[in-house]
Amino acid sequence: MNRIEGRDKVTGRARYAYEYPADGVAYAYAVQSGVARGRIASVDALGVLAMPGVLAVLSCAEPPALSADASPELALFQTRDVAYRGQIVAGIVAETLEAARAAERELRISYEAEPHDVRLRPDHPGLYAPDKVNPNFPTDTEKGDVNAGLAAAAVSIDATYATPTQHNNPMEPHAAMAVWDAGGALTVYDSTQGASADRDMIAAALGLAPERVRVVSPHVGGGFGSKGTTRPHAILAALAARAAGRPVKVALTRQQMFDVTGYRTPTIQRLRLGADPEGRLTALVHDVIEQSSTLVEFAEQTATPSRVMYAAPALRTTHRLVRLDVPTPSWMRAPGECPGMFALESAMDELAIAAGLDPVELRVRNEPDTEPESGLPFSSRNLVGCLREGARRFGWDHRDPRPGLRQEGRWLIGTGMAASTYPARRRPSQATAATADGGFVVRIAAADIGTGARTALTRIAAQALDTSADRVRVELGDSALPTASLAGGSMGTSSWGSAVVKACEAMLKDGHSGRADTTEDVKGDTGFARHAFGAQFAEVWVDPATGEVRVPRLLGVFAVGRVIDETLARSQLIGGMTMGLGMALMEETEMDEEAGGFLNRDLAQYHVAACADVQDIDAMWIDEEDGHLNPMGAKGIGEIGIVGTAAAVANAVYHATGRRIRDLPITPAKILD
Amino acid sequence: MGDVTVRVNGTPHSLDVDSRMSLLDLLRERLGLTGTKKGCDHGQCGACTVLIDGRRAVSCLALAVAQDGADVTTVEGLAADGALHPLQAAFIERDAFQCGYCTPGQLCSAAGMLGEAGPSVVTEDLTADPPLSAAEIRERMSGNLCRCGAYVNIVAAIGDVAAAGGAADMATAVTGTAR
Repeated sequence: MNRIEGRDKVTGRARYAYEYPADGVAYAYAVQSGVARGRIASVDALGVLAMPGVLAVLSCAEPPALSADASPELALFQTRDVAYRGQIVAGIVAETLEAARAAERELRISYEAEPHDVRLRPDHPGLYAPDKVNPNFPTDTEKGDVNAGLAAAAVSIDATYATPTQHNNPMEPHAAMAVWDAGGALTVYDSTQGASADRDMIAAALGLAPERVRVVSPHVGGGFGSKGTTRPHAILAALAARAAGRPVKVALTRQQMFDVTGYRTPTIQRLRLGADPEGRLTALVHDVIEQSSTLVEFAEQTATPSRVMYAAPALRTTHRLVRLDVPTPSWMRAPGECPGMFALESAMDELAIAAGLDPVELRVRNEPDTEPESGLPFSSRNLVGCLREGARRFGWDHRDPRPGLRQEGRWLIGTGMAASTYPARRRPSQATAATADGGFVVRIAAADIGTGARTALTRIAAQALDTSADRVRVELGDSALPTASLAGGSMGTSSWGSAVVKACEAMLKDGHSGRADTTEDVKGDTGFARHAFGAQFAEVWVDPATGEVRVPRLLGVFAVGRVIDETLARSQLIGGMTMGLGMALMEETEMDEEAGGFLNRDLAQYHVAACADVQDIDAMWIDEEDGHLNPMGAKGIGEIGIVGTAAAVANAVYHATGRRIRDLPITPAKILD
Repeated sequence: MGDVTVRVNGTPHSLDVDSRMSLLDLLRERLGLTGTKKGCDHGQCGACTVLIDGRRAVSCLALAVAQDGADVTTVEGLAADGALHPLQAAFIERDAFQCGYCTPGQLCSAAGMLGEAGPSVVTEDLTADPPLSAAEIRERMSGNLCRCGAYVNIVAAIGDVAAAGGAADMATAVTGTAR
């Protein structure tokens, strides 16, 4: 069975948010702040309003009515204060996109600029411990006596790693079309990872009852977390449509996306590991420094994987945050685990070398019986199986650990590995199932952002109904459907699938229709530590003359419970690893400290992996039974693929060259330095 | 403003267009052909790739007023009479997309690429017309970004079509030029 919407996507028929037809549609363009901190002194819109085709200008000069409950990133034009460079400070509504953009260049906004502070540094006086880290993990944890454990260690590592600002950059820019009806109800065609939550956030911002707002979003051009929360373009579309009295479309430009759709915070991570002569950990300390904006506290859970991975009798993790005059960071594919595992798995590689142990063997020796921080039993844990199977398939066993020895022509060759982990959680969702047209229809406000949710849920429903997939139609991507959780946190399939199975079972009992709500089921998800695991192996070729790094081979072996659809699963895992390759070698957003904003704000300067960067990437999985997850026995797979990739590449670069790169990305300049 | 006549997927359109309008916005906003995607509007991502007079081009960098007399093929024009183009079928078969937003550009780019002759930077023998190896496909398709990371499957899908031996025929059918 291929992707259900495949034909629509290859023929151009699949409609994304910006592509719905509407009579009399107008266009809005977002105007961004030119300073990083300060106040807007004045907005002179008179000249712009006289330009041909311009319908309205929205700004703090005449604040449009919004709810006091609007989150600070969505409270457009309510204040004269500027929190970061690139913040949306005005909107221009015009008959055409060309007219709106031309007007933007003529709009005169004057600022009272203040000095800005945009650089994350480990000695920043503003560092503090947030109350919790995303979404609600403890900020700090401590178990055992880490000082004693470090002091008693025969081998130890104390190293600091850094990951840069990274941007999600889904291919579809964030876009929305807002349509108000005569009765004051609003329909938003939005690019979102969750129609239900998007509806609720838009309604809260506008001060409307949620049932007065409908979000339609059947196809979404990627998100990777950046469409998991409502973004200001949707509010701008609604305000502009209200002002113009017509449907209004807004699409952020690629450059604007860098400022107002979230990003992965830069991190500075100190890892201290101590081990006995056999390589068994005596202590693990993971201290994290990261940033948020002055508007919203977002504290990435970067050290959480260290609470899960290895059997350290003494374990301490901390997060410290500083609020800077920067855009608000947010979710980007595997927040927490992705940057955190770069540091932990690099440090484990360094420990293996210091202890004279094979890095696979080091990890096997530190396999815990229960989740190290919580002491909870694992619902299933097959990291060792992934390590062994990956090593076998990759040909790891004959590896000479000494660095810098293998050369072919101008290339130095090395191999490296790292482990992967990601939580296997679910959230409450609702669904209905009913007989229809000789088959079945299943309804749920799930999102298919490219994961294949439509197809996976069809298979899940068909199995629950004991019928063939072609007799099941799944409707999703519309907040008018039963309320569902986000496509985020690798929880989509588990959350929605649980509701779909339950609705199908209710329908079978009823004979005609069934309705389900998994709120109570999810409350029962206690008593076990639930995580997916994996192992990634990389071969790299490094040209010591130019610093160029090529990755001819990447292999991932994962333990993710039952795989619902092998084709979709492989695509998701390979996709995550491909993004991980970009993280390893090229992805980095530079902060322009003088201007106080992001410097490289497009795809010519923010490099993501291109076709020629990707050679042999493959992913597979081992059989895993887990009866403590959900009716499908499945763990989420959207994020684990990116976790560990960068460390595997960095470890391979060390093996090839003898150079340990502790700050991503691994650019030619760092190889040559 | 300016008058242009553009042939899109075989149908001529005579329009009065804003001289600032790109071909991409003409297709999407004036003709309702939203299959062609806007990913960056700066010629950096390839999502807006179409065939102009048989050659692949990023339509965001082509001004609409400059296309008078041009023959444009978009993703909507690849499938003739409801039958999928072999590249479209191969993309489905190989799961060569996830979110689908780069897909129309990948398809048009591949269709154009199959019609291009000559060596690339990865070609060993510069005097011969190289066979379309995976390395050649990867090089020639690197103007089309895919953030979902479907490159492995994209290369496999294009390789299937090239290997089927009909590459030249297919390219001719779509672009009017032979490789």
